[in-house]
Amino acid sequence: MKFFPVIWCGLKRKKARTILTLMSIVVAFLLYGYLSAVNTAFNMGVTVAGADRVVIRHKVSIIQLLPASYQARIERVNGVAKAAHMTWFGGIYQKPSNFFPQMPVVPADFFEVWPEFLLPEAQKQAWLRTRTGAIVGRRTAEKYGFKIGDRIPIQATIWRQKGGQTTWEFDLVGIYDGAEKNTDTTQLFFRYDYFDEARVQAKGSVGWYGARIQDPNQSALIAQAIDQEFANSPEETKTESEGAFVQGFAKQVGDVGAILAAILTAVFFTILLVVGNTMAQAVRERTEEIGVLKALGFTNTLVLWLVLAEALMLSFSGGIIGMGISWLLISRGDPTGGSLPNFFLPSHAFVSGFILMLALGAATGFLPAWRAMKLTVAEALRRG
Amino acid sequence: MSEPTDLVRIEDVEKDYRRGGEEIPVLAGVNMTIPQGDFLALMGPSGSGKSTLLNIIGGLDRPTNGAIYVAGERVDTLSDRELAAWRARHIGFVFQFYNLMPTLTAEKNVDLPLLLTPLSRSERQKHVAAALAVTGLSHRAKHFPRQMSGGEQQRVGIARAIVTDPTLLLCDEPTGDLDRKSGDEILSLLQALNRDHGKTIVMVTHDPHASHRATRTLHLNKGLLEDHPME
Ligand SMILES: Nc1ncnc2c1ncn2[C@@H]1O[C@H](COP(=O)(O)OP(=O)(O)O)[C@@H](O)[C@H]1O
Ligand SMILES: [Mg+2]
Repeated sequence: MKFFPVIWCGLKRKKARTILTLMSIVVAFLLYGYLSAVNTAFNMGVTVAGADRVVIRHKVSIIQLLPASYQARIERVNGVAKAAHMTWFGGIYQKPSNFFPQMPVVPADFFEVWPEFLLPEAQKQAWLRTRTGAIVGRRTAEKYGFKIGDRIPIQATIWRQKGGQTTWEFDLVGIYDGAEKNTDTTQLFFRYDYFDEARVQAKGSVGWYGARIQDPNQSALIAQAIDQEFANSPEETKTESEGAFVQGFAKQVGDVGAILAAILTAVFFTILLVVGNTMAQAVRERTEEIGVLKALGFTNTLVLWLVLAEALMLSFSGGIIGMGISWLLISRGDPTGGSLPNFFLPSHAFVSGFILMLALGAATGFLPAWRAMKLTVAEALRRG
Repeated sequence: MSEPTDLVRIEDVEKDYRRGGEEIPVLAGVNMTIPQGDFLALMGPSGSGKSTLLNIIGGLDRPTNGAIYVAGERVDTLSDRELAAWRARHIGFVFQFYNLMPTLTAEKNVDLPLLLTPLSRSERQKHVAAALAVTGLSHRAKHFPRQMSGGEQQRVGIARAIVTDPTLLLCDEPTGDLDRKSGDEILSLLQALNRDHGKTIVMVTHDPHASHRATRTLHLNKGLLEDHPME
């Protein structure tokens, strides 16, 4: 490209300004790349692990409870291998910022439906023997220094005990690991029989069910059959794949995708103004130079393309650097230390990033390029 | 048709500028011919239309009325695109304020008009070196405009104007921004280009000292060429 020096010459003219503009583009695309990874991580959840599982929840919302008696009826549905339930406990360990989920489960059923939680046999036996026993994942155990034999007090926010007590104490009998790299090992599980016996409200209810199915390809049909089983009962159900369920759970926090989209829209709108202003100024300052190029015989169309190329070069160099840095940061792994196990830069982000760079360059370059094209030589070269 | 020796023929050229609702006549019927090999000085008071006439000859501006022929070709009726190509092939401009690209070296500045030709990189380099040699600036090839004196910058401007070997060299007050000594050097260079290289030159100036270096002087006053100029 023999015209490269001419394009480059425009960007070099005010180095500081070009660098500042470039940096703002870099930051925008860094954010774009990073937030794309966050968005993907939220949407993927743990789907990968749960292909052969469905989750059964109350039809109205995930915070409505279901009867514990549904378990046997779920297991009778054709194609269901095993069902088990969990309930959101939502307690606090010492202070609210120490967040990890706690859930009462029935140990034997639990390991059958969620085999990715690996607990040594001896600890499993200890849990079955200990009514107040609990197991906790490796990550949380390491974070808070929990050891087997510890007594862990959890402050209830939802479930009070008989006698008004709000502190529940659990005896730590085991520490589990994850079978997969992305298995969540932050949760604490304790025994449902202890929980149901001690709580005041809603005895005999559970939060939701997980069910292992025999053939993952049949999951849609089986989900339908399960919901059919409870149709027209006081607590109707909604059965979905585990991935969809996790997504729904994340949406409790807010629509992550929409929030990220809003942030990025604001960022790119700002960038559009910044870069647009830079380009407009750069061309205005060079009115005479553009006049000279035309006097030398550069056609209006060629001048249009040169200015457009300059804007595109700016947006592409900023965009590529920004996406590159975000890729480097993202490849260092999950920034939350476990909450977003599927943290990576999706390939579609590169494609839409490329389109964004093109759009940014075209949008910011078009008006100045048009003006440069329309400029007549005699006007451009007249002084004062 | 024009005489073969008349490189430029200007017929009844009028130019009005519209400012607000008002029509301002700048050229009021100019007739002239410029023979091949001429070194013509165009003089006149400020605002008399010298630059306007030069721009019209060089295809940078269009007359309101009249016709311009250069090397037998009528140029004022060409389209914008054709005119740009025609300028690239036939015209070399030298400006009062040099108008170099500040971020390009001398040789890259001189290379600019060659980018529009099909010449290869190495051929372009040869032409650039030759033009810089003619203007005595070979040792400044890698320097940026801000590292050079006004006289040197103007010589880069002249090198850029002659690098494509144009039919016509048009200079608008080429010494207007220079001290006497540098100005004299530029005038000597233009003289040499006219005498030794056969370049046809039209130079706008309001400096009588400069016009003496030309082979011929025409005076423009109130949009008309004067027959009996007062010197
Ligand atoms: N683009 C333009 N629009 C309006 N008036 C112009 C324009 N160009 C030149 N003029 C006017 O035309 C007259 C002649 O200008 P110019 O040819 O630059 O004179 P000179 O070069 O002899 O000083 C001046 O009065 C100037 O103001
Ligand atoms: Mg003038």
